[in-house]
Amino acid sequence: MNWIDIGALDDIPVQGARLVKTALGCVAVFRSADDAVFALDDRCPHKGGPLSEGIVHGTHVTCPLHNWVFDLNTGLAQGADEGGVATHPVRVQGGRVLLDAARLQRRSAA
Amino acid sequence: MTRKLVVIGAGMASGRVLEHLAEAAPDAFDITLFNAEPRGNYNRIMLSPVLSGEKSYAEIVTHDDAWYAARGIETRFGEHVTKIDRARRVVVTAKGETGYDRLLIATGSAPFIIPVQGRELAGVVTYRDLDDTDAMIAAAKPGAKAVVVGGGLLGLEAAAGLAMRGMEVTVIHLMGHLMERQLDPAAGYLLQKALEAKGIRIHCKGATKAILGHDRVEAVLLEDGTTYGADLVVMAVGIRPETRLATDAGLEVGRGITVNDALVTSDPAILAVGECVEHDRQLFGLVAPLYDQAKVVAATLLGQEAAFRPVQTATKLKVTGCDLFSAGDFAEGEGREDIVFRDPARGIYKRLVIRDDRLIGTVMYGDTADGAWFFGLIKDGTDIAPMRETLIFGPAHQGGATPDPMAAVAALPPEAEICGCNGVCKGKIVAAVQGGAVTLDAVRAETKASSSCGTCTGLVERVMAATLGDAFAVPAKQGMCKCTDLSHEEVRRLIKAQGLKSIPAVMQELGWSTAGGCHSCRPALNYYLIADWPLEYRDDRQSRFVNERNHANIQKDGTYSVVPRMWGGVTTPTELRAIADAADKYGVPMVKVTGGQRIDLLGVKKEDLPAMWADLNAAGMVSGHAYSKGLRTVKTCVGSEFCRFGTQDSTGLGIRLEKLLWGSWTPHKVKLGVSGCPRNCAEATVKDVGIVCVDSGFQISVAGAAGMEVKETEFLAATPSVDEACEITAAFIQLYREQARYLDRPYRWVAKVGLDRVKAQVVEDRANRAALCARFELSQSVYRKDPWAEHAKPEERPMWAALADLSLEAAE
Ligand SMILES: Cc1cc2nc3c(=O)[nH]c(=O)nc-3n(C[C@H](O)[C@H](O)[C@H](O)COP(=O)(O)OP(=O)(O)OC[C@H]3O[C@@H](n4cnc5c(N)ncnc54)[C@H](O)[C@@H]3O)c2cc1C
Ligand code: SF4
Ligand code: FES
Repeated sequence: MNWIDIGALDDIPVQGARLVKTALGCVAVFRSADDAVFALDDRCPHKGGPLSEGIVHGTHVTCPLHNWVFDLNTGLAQGADEGGVATHPVRVQGGRVLLDAARLQRRSAA
Repeated sequence: MTRKLVVIGAGMASGRVLEHLAEAAPDAFDITLFNAEPRGNYNRIMLSPVLSGEKSYAEIVTHDDAWYAARGIETRFGEHVTKIDRARRVVVTAKGETGYDRLLIATGSAPFIIPVQGRELAGVVTYRDLDDTDAMIAAAKPGAKAVVVGGGLLGLEAAAGLAMRGMEVTVIHLMGHLMERQLDPAAGYLLQKALEAKGIRIHCKGATKAILGHDRVEAVLLEDGTTYGADLVVMAVGIRPETRLATDAGLEVGRGITVNDALVTSDPAILAVGECVEHDRQLFGLVAPLYDQAKVVAATLLGQEAAFRPVQTATKLKVTGCDLFSAGDFAEGEGREDIVFRDPARGIYKRLVIRDDRLIGTVMYGDTADGAWFFGLIKDGTDIAPMRETLIFGPAHQGGATPDPMAAVAALPPEAEICGCNGVCKGKIVAAVQGGAVTLDAVRAETKASSSCGTCTGLVERVMAATLGDAFAVPAKQGMCKCTDLSHEEVRRLIKAQGLKSIPAVMQELGWSTAGGCHSCRPALNYYLIADWPLEYRDDRQSRFVNERNHANIQKDGTYSVVPRMWGGVTTPTELRAIADAADKYGVPMVKVTGGQRIDLLGVKKEDLPAMWADLNAAGMVSGHAYSKGLRTVKTCVGSEFCRFGTQDSTGLGIRLEKLLWGSWTPHKVKLGVSGCPRNCAEATVKDVGIVCVDSGFQISVAGAAGMEVKETEFLAATPSVDEACEITAAFIQLYREQARYLDRPYRWVAKVGLDRVKAQVVEDRANRAALCARFELSQSVYRKDPWAEHAKPEERPMWAALADLSLEAAE
């Protein structure tokens, strides 16, 4: 684990998301209505839509381009659509959001 | 012992008989129902919407298997009765014999096929049942050619349906004008024009000589030598009663099976009902009299006295956009006088035929709202002398009352017929409503009003509204999304009624089944709350689609496009310089002129948006809302300021309207156009609101479209005053904001509520117009401001960039 402080929880809109840039592409960090946070790759497997710009409902997000719906817990597409995006460990501590960048770094080092 | 009733034919007439029997005396008979079609009863008259794709077969089934099963009716569908043996009281089918105590013949009619060469070729169809409809749908490839022989009700509905499916359609009609039995030449002409505008070719006075082709149809040849290529030929020249069984059985048959007032044939054990009968030398081809017959049949079968008395029927055509109504006798003749009203600009024609101070016939085209009232006068033989002067203007203008949107319906007497198919009068609907039937479905169930061809639905709703007052909202068929069973309309009403002022409140109080809604209900709720509570509710950005949330249009690569507003399409060198500078500064890959007369900067990175907006703001520009369900553009031409044809300052009016309306949120996007003269350089007549300037002032038309669908606007009002033009426009937009369901463009909304209702509230009722304008202004006091300026503030800007950048750390 390599927890990196990426910012304050309050910098993420409730039922919204912010982006974290990495060498391997962007990660979207979501905040649900009840302040849970989730981190997913920002690229929709369908046609690359930015999931961070989707509407967040419950623990789901709808891709803004063609309305695929993803479970924020698993990164898996819901319903008839197949596919998913990688998820990354993320947690909140003392109002700060911590992202585990281990995987992101390991992949880039390789 | 229960007696055995055998019914031949599961059509609309016998279906109604079975309903009456099941209701009045469920155990009186053991019923066996034969039908040649491999299915039970469906609403045959709704085949036309199925053909056009507006409805599915499932939606028009009236009696499904469960219905028959629940009533113990034995169904023998797909089984053709081939013989009636009266002596032994049995009917014969391929599968054997079935005995009866009473027999009901309800075989309807068979389409008439003109005996021309080639009529048996593949690709020649008739229009009677679902199989015919399916055959037409299968043949209806876009661009393929169809020839419809017969320009009566059936032929025209077939033609319109096939045209909606993309076919190239020609109608060949023997007579001089369409629907000559229901329409006079003037109305026939208007109908022809309307159909031609839909791309249907009409050939009147055309006699079909032969159908040409080898294995299947290729063309239709007329007596005058014209040929029309055809992949499909629809024969719709008429029907004749299906009497073969009765003739073979030796029953008395004229043109139809002869019945007496009790609907009993020449054999006392056998009754007949529907289009197959002849009563008093008359045949019947519309459902209204058949339903009356069905009542009598049920009574006769149950040993009660009843007599069938045919009443007059009125005709409507179920072709979207062709509004016609005819009733009574309107041929010219001795001692008859006409009152005619025409409005060529709006394509309206009304004709009343009067004899001895009584109305005896009417033909209406384009505006048929008063049809029911005139029909009532005809049926009742009312003395119209006292109101003769204003008769043509309808009930709203009688008795000197000020015109009121509801007045026409409110003025109807209780006996006025509302639903022609089922013969339901206003009084019956009012009674049902007062008895608790407050939804359209409930009224339908109780009275059958609007349950057949559906064209009276609007009227029924008006009666309900007049009875219930404001408590009535158009009923719903399905929930607005999977999170709720409530429809858009119901949700809107409850938001108002319960004073719900936030999305969580709506979801809580209305029992949403999901925690945070979904991408389909959240934007809708956000809009409804904005529209209903402009001062109290705060826009929820997170419930908006990305474009509205970010005030820019997302592109497929995740960049955005930025479109500053150019009022009325007018710009200045300073603005152009600022746009050019911004394009340079932010490395905009493409600068494009839009169809809405402004400039689009494409390919801007999200994090650059606030700074770019600030630069544009500094040059005096604001957001063009090119991304919003709100006011987009007001397209103008140069008008009288520069053009030699211009009649008014169309540019100035466009700018004024844009300044009035900008920033407002609407159910879907709204585009306006203002042209300086009827040459219409601003293409105003395909906009949501289009104004065409003329010497005498401004002609305002609404509900156009130029997207997936293309539709010309419809006339709303004319005024000499530029102020009034602005007022009417604002009132129209506000009514749209208050009433339309989210994501319905104005043309869809107007099609649902009816232009007449809109006109009444926006144009005719001035107090109402003023109230609409006031509510619009109240909302605009909040929303007529630039969202770009808001988000370009220094403290907001970081939110537009990434939260963190790990790309450097990750690379270590
Ligand atoms: C496309 C279309 C649009 C129409 N639009 C309107 C409209 O807008 N308004 C209006 O008032 N009317 C309209 N009509 C007319 C209306 O549908 C008819 O008046 C009505 O359906 C007649 O009812 P019916 O029960 O007599 O006959 P049908 O409904 O035709 O039923 C007769 C049934 O008997 C069956 N049958 C026949 N012979 C046998 C046999 N030997 N054995 C077993 N079964 C048999 C047939 O298969 C058929 O199912 C329309 C008709 C069509 C086709
Ligand atoms: S200014 Fe406009 S053109 Fe001149 S013609 Fe226009 S519409 Fe008529
Ligand atoms: S790109 Fe995500 S749904 Fe299409």
